[in-house]
Amino acid sequence: MRGFWHDTVEFFPILMNGVALTIVVTIGSLLLSTVLGLVWAMMRVSGIKVLSTISASVINVIRGIPIIVLLFYLYFVMPDLGVTLSALQAAILGLGIAYSAYQAENFRAGIEAIDKGQVEAAQSIGMGWWLTMRRVVLPQAVRIVLPPYGNVMIMMLKDSSQASTITVAELALQGKLIASSTFKNTNVFTLVALMYLTMSIPLILLVRHFEKRVGKK
Amino acid sequence: MIALTDVHKSFGENEVLKGISASVHKGEVVCIVGPSGSGKSTILRCINGLESYDRGEISVEGLKVDRDAPSIVAIRTQVSMVFQRFNLFPHRTVLENVVEGPLYVKKEPRAVALERGRALLAEVGLAEKADAHPPQLSGGQQQRVAIARALAMQPKAILFDEPTSALDPELVGDVLGVMRKLADDGMTMVVVTHEMGFARDVADRVLFIDDGVIVEQGQAKAVLNQPQHPRTQDFLRRVLHLL
Repeated sequence: MRGFWHDTVEFFPILMNGVALTIVVTIGSLLLSTVLGLVWAMMRVSGIKVLSTISASVINVIRGIPIIVLLFYLYFVMPDLGVTLSALQAAILGLGIAYSAYQAENFRAGIEAIDKGQVEAAQSIGMGWWLTMRRVVLPQAVRIVLPPYGNVMIMMLKDSSQASTITVAELALQGKLIASSTFKNTNVFTLVALMYLTMSIPLILLVRHFEKRVGKK
Repeated sequence: MIALTDVHKSFGENEVLKGISASVHKGEVVCIVGPSGSGKSTILRCINGLESYDRGEISVEGLKVDRDAPSIVAIRTQVSMVFQRFNLFPHRTVLENVVEGPLYVKKEPRAVALERGRALLAEVGLAEKADAHPPQLSGGQQQRVAIARALAMQPKAILFDEPTSALDPELVGDVLGVMRKLADDGMTMVVVTHEMGFARDVADRVLFIDDGVIVEQGQAKAVLNQPQHPRTQDFLRRVLHLL
């Protein structure tokens, strides 16, 4: 750990560039996975056979492919099919798709935890499927879904490091580049680990807050 | 106003309705009584399309009840339902529960819906609970909110599915009182109930259902005081604890 403070001062600005990209990848793929996950979950509970079958198949396919392979596919194979994505686009798309399967299962569990009587009450005052979802089911499901959603956020923050495998210079890749050019492995990777941890702590506190709120209701 | 013609309904192998024919006229209070599992609640749930039926026909004001047709929304806004377990929306206040249908289904102006919502809560004796959330209320209070929610749709009829069965005995009276007032005001009501006193005093007609068929029907006092069919006699002996 000799010269740790000295190295910190020297490498911190470069690593912060990585942090910026890490945050972009995390937020981008979080938004995408949330929207996609909601779509899969809605299809799954729609009661329409075709839609729920498609949704179940998509979720299983996504779950069965490692994130890293999905990223390689988007970044290296898609150009052969005529679709060229930047590394950043491919990273957000890949992580977003990969995590949408977990989000969908989480959302579905939340939706199915709502008492059937709630849906019947909504129907009995003339609400259609979509209005019932929007006004009655989803607002109640959100409370149930939030704690696991917070955990997914933490996992996505850490898994954004997989974007390094397709050349996105986020925190992990910046660290690796500095380490391999300076041979200061210990100091650099300690610094990288501390920076991930620093970003995780607010999320961990957020999850705890969500859990307390659910416990109260 | 509500007409059932030879309605059949099965859950899998189990046939719960075996040819129900009945009608409910405007302003009439009809009580459906009978043992548990006889199909009473299923009849109500078929009338507003919460459940589908296999054969026969149900119509409301001449409109065929088909839960998969768009017309089901029109039927449900005319025929409200009050559930055994209240089924209030726990994430909304009492007043929001009441105005939910008028605002979001009937798209009434906010001020109009809120004003009527408050008036209805006053009518069921819960004006001061408008801003409370349902879980903070007693069962009896929740059920009265549910009745206000049903009334807020300005329905032509209300279906009551064992409205007092989930209540502590001392809370039953308040709910029955509200229902009695509704009946006096001329509301068309179909009530599945085990409250024989209410049926005798308030209902115009009683249907006794057992094993998916109407065993006996007629004027409330006649059926409940001098039942003709042995199954009705047996059932009444049991519920009135005369055994």
